[in-house]
Amino acid sequence: MTTTSPTTPELSPPSRQTYLDAGYTVRSWLLTKDHKRIAILYLISITLFFFVGGAAAVLFRLDLMTPEGDLVRSETYNKLFTVHGIVMIFFFLIPSIPAVMGNFILPMMIGAPDLAFPKLNLLSWYLFMTGGIFAVAAIVLGGVDTGWTFYTPYSSTYSNTNVMLTAVGAFIAGFSSILTGLNFIVTTHTMRCPGMYWSRLPLFVWSMYATAIVMVLGTPVLAMALLLVAVERGFRIGIFDPALGGDPILFQHLFWFYSHPAVYIMVLPAFGVMSELVPAFSRKRIFGYNFIAYSSLAIAVLGFLVWGHHMFVSGQSVYAGAVFSMLSFMIAVPSAIKVFNWTATLYKGHISYDTPMLFALGFIGLFTVGGLTGLFLATLAVNVHVHDTYFVVAHFHYIMVGGAVMAYMGGLHYWWPKMTGRMYAEGWARLSALIIFLGFNLTFFPQFILGYQGMPRRYHFYVPEFQVLNVMSSAGASILGIGYLIPLVYLLWSLRYGPVASANPWGATGLEWQTPSPPPTENFLETPVVTADPYDYPSETYAEPEPGASSPGPRADLAGV
Amino acid sequence: MDQDFRLWPRQASELAPRVDAIYIALLLMALVMTVLIFFFVIYFSIKYRRGSKADRRLSQGSYLPLELTWSIVPLIVGMVFFVWGAKTYFDQVIAPARAIDVYVVARQWMWKLQHSDGTREINALHVPAGYPVKLTMISEDVIHSFFVPDFRTKQDVLPGRYTTAWFEAKEPGEYHLFCAEYCGTDHSLMRGKVVVLEPADYQAWLQGGTPEPKSRGEALFRRYRCYTCHSGESKVRAPLLEGVFGRTVALADGGSAKVDEGYVRESILRPKAKVVAGYEPIMPSFEGQLSEEDIVDLIQYIQSLSAPAQTP
Ligand code: HEM
Ligand SMILES: [Cu+2]
Repeated sequence: MTTTSPTTPELSPPSRQTYLDAGYTVRSWLLTKDHKRIAILYLISITLFFFVGGAAAVLFRLDLMTPEGDLVRSETYNKLFTVHGIVMIFFFLIPSIPAVMGNFILPMMIGAPDLAFPKLNLLSWYLFMTGGIFAVAAIVLGGVDTGWTFYTPYSSTYSNTNVMLTAVGAFIAGFSSILTGLNFIVTTHTMRCPGMYWSRLPLFVWSMYATAIVMVLGTPVLAMALLLVAVERGFRIGIFDPALGGDPILFQHLFWFYSHPAVYIMVLPAFGVMSELVPAFSRKRIFGYNFIAYSSLAIAVLGFLVWGHHMFVSGQSVYAGAVFSMLSFMIAVPSAIKVFNWTATLYKGHISYDTPMLFALGFIGLFTVGGLTGLFLATLAVNVHVHDTYFVVAHFHYIMVGGAVMAYMGGLHYWWPKMTGRMYAEGWARLSALIIFLGFNLTFFPQFILGYQGMPRRYHFYVPEFQVLNVMSSAGASILGIGYLIPLVYLLWSLRYGPVASANPWGATGLEWQTPSPPPTENFLETPVVTADPYDYPSETYAEPEPGASSPGPRADLAGV
Repeated sequence: MDQDFRLWPRQASELAPRVDAIYIALLLMALVMTVLIFFFVIYFSIKYRRGSKADRRLSQGSYLPLELTWSIVPLIVGMVFFVWGAKTYFDQVIAPARAIDVYVVARQWMWKLQHSDGTREINALHVPAGYPVKLTMISEDVIHSFFVPDFRTKQDVLPGRYTTAWFEAKEPGEYHLFCAEYCGTDHSLMRGKVVVLEPADYQAWLQGGTPEPKSRGEALFRRYRCYTCHSGESKVRAPLLEGVFGRTVALADGGSAKVDEGYVRESILRPKAKVVAGYEPIMPSFEGQLSEEDIVDLIQYIQSLSAPAQTP
């Protein structure tokens, strides 16, 4: 197996038919069944949504510079944070890594020519966009003010905004998520190339698999809950509103039964990306492959048992609260294990500081803070005080932005050459990683203190004591915003002017690096045969890789080459 | 702008120092963990940077004893915090029996508070220092949440169901009261204050308030003609209400029910739901005729038939 590296950088892209050359018309993109092109469609759409959600955030953060909120009216403020939450969660974070990187990379990682159901894959993008159009329509037609949590009976009876339209939008987008999950599960089971045993699956595939389980099992519950809100609103049938004979807490159970696992839809894929980046830039086998793979599954399963930790002060039984608290501590363990594993992977590695690795190291730091503050929230007596304050806001931003978005950015930079065939400007990329890290901490760290001081979340006006920390946070948000705009510029720039990328610019293992950048439509010119474990970097007895050596050793033979 | 800035909320209730103790322990634990992880990440990244001359022999792909250690130790630490947090939580939510009763009715966007002698106030709650105060809370519309940061107290206030919270304020002073559950346009203006007074001042405040001794509940009891059935002279057989509050009664369907606020409210709004054993289900529903405050008044009246009103 030590012979050929199947790709040679000398083969310049134009001489070979890549997936990008398979057609240049809009039609060829909109009707494509190629998983890579669908991934690009997702990439463009979620980037748009990200900046819509981000603009809302910058706007209301500016508004919070003063306790009187002079910039906008309360109605507008409430609509802004609702748009921010709904767009970021349903239209950015949930699809981000699975729909962009999962779609693009997963089939290649297992040596498959495509996903199991290419048409279903295209349908899921159309569903996603339809849902997005509903959500955008709801905004344009006047907005929604329920918060992304849609708590009843406010959402079902009292709010005078476009709740129906938004709920339908989220409902439709949910089906996109279910279809993607289904596709990943079937693909992983049936499309692995010869030699790709389960024990050889890259950890990214394991994490996608665990995510897909959550998507398929959890999303229908959310869809149902939103449908019930629409039914109560439209037909005044009592489900959640006590005035109509319903139970307001029922909604919270249904909602969190999906939405707690949904935080794992956002973060498990991030774990998967991390498990690719850290070994690749340490040139080292990942530490504790089995623990990482199984802890993903453990998180997917346990994730369904802790929804009640969002409801400790909702009026649910105190004994239920105690059980949910205990289970929450238990689910923290598999997350902690992963952090330890990545750290241990660095030990005796050959670490380089390319941009993806900077994002990965940033992830470890921020996710550690996010995960540890999760323990504060899981501790009952402390939760009573910090629940629904800025402490919670800070906690979940450390997980979702500090964690999931950092990993997304890392993954995007890592696979960018594979997706586009071009390298980006490394200096700018490192700079933006640094700005994002600093801006992020300045934005969200003060919010932990603010939360413990007692500032409730979703407050447009606040008491003057809280101003200092709010100003810090708003300043940080502007820096963070700039940090996210820079990549937009240099990545677009790279499409035209970036240096042409080789098949394996990082010298990483993994089948996706064994095919040209960008890959041909069928992914591999010959079906690969896997003959070694993943992350099979050379063992540690040698001194240094040859300067300029691109691949530390292929782990796949191409049949017949 | 920062004349009142304080990094730490005041410890103004009996419970606050206990919650803070857990919080500080958690902070220390988190600090140790963060420092350890940051140390190793930074140390490894520098020592093993590409091109450095470090010794890289004998590194392993996995090492079970290490992995078991770092799985089990966090689990144990977690369980310690779980138990500590849960024990404190039970004290935080279960009110002592001797507490002073206050009713809270929340609505968009104000807090209406009612003392056991009938005194009412809006967006301000006067209580004596050094006495436990128990809040029985209900909402007239959406979900709100009663939050006093300086007391480390928070509890959602639901429509259609009573929830309770309690606190014991340590010192006289004024403390912020916030609504912590998003409840619509003016959610952030649904604020008030808790005014803690010396017990003597509190007594004086109650006298100076608007005392309506034989409370509005009794008047409602007359106006809605409840007494035509629930009294000794009645020809219709209905349970007498004297002394009934706080007891457990047998139900017609064989079960039993504790007569508390929720039970009384349900009996007024949905009398057929839990019929007391030995009586016909003949009571009409008063759904739609009584506001939440009326119902609270009636509950207080029925309560007063059982026990002398508590005052410090
Ligand atoms: C691993 C990835 C995690 C993600 C993506 C995540 C995300 C979130 C989000 C979005 C919320 C806010 C819910 C709201 O809108 O109120 C939240 C709250 C919470 N999280 Fe996490 N979290 C994660 C990890 C953890 C961990 C490890 C724990 C505990 C060990 C934890 C415990 C909690 C608790 C108890 C709450 C409820 C807080 C409250 O509402 O009072 N989380 N989390
Ligand atoms: Cu409120």
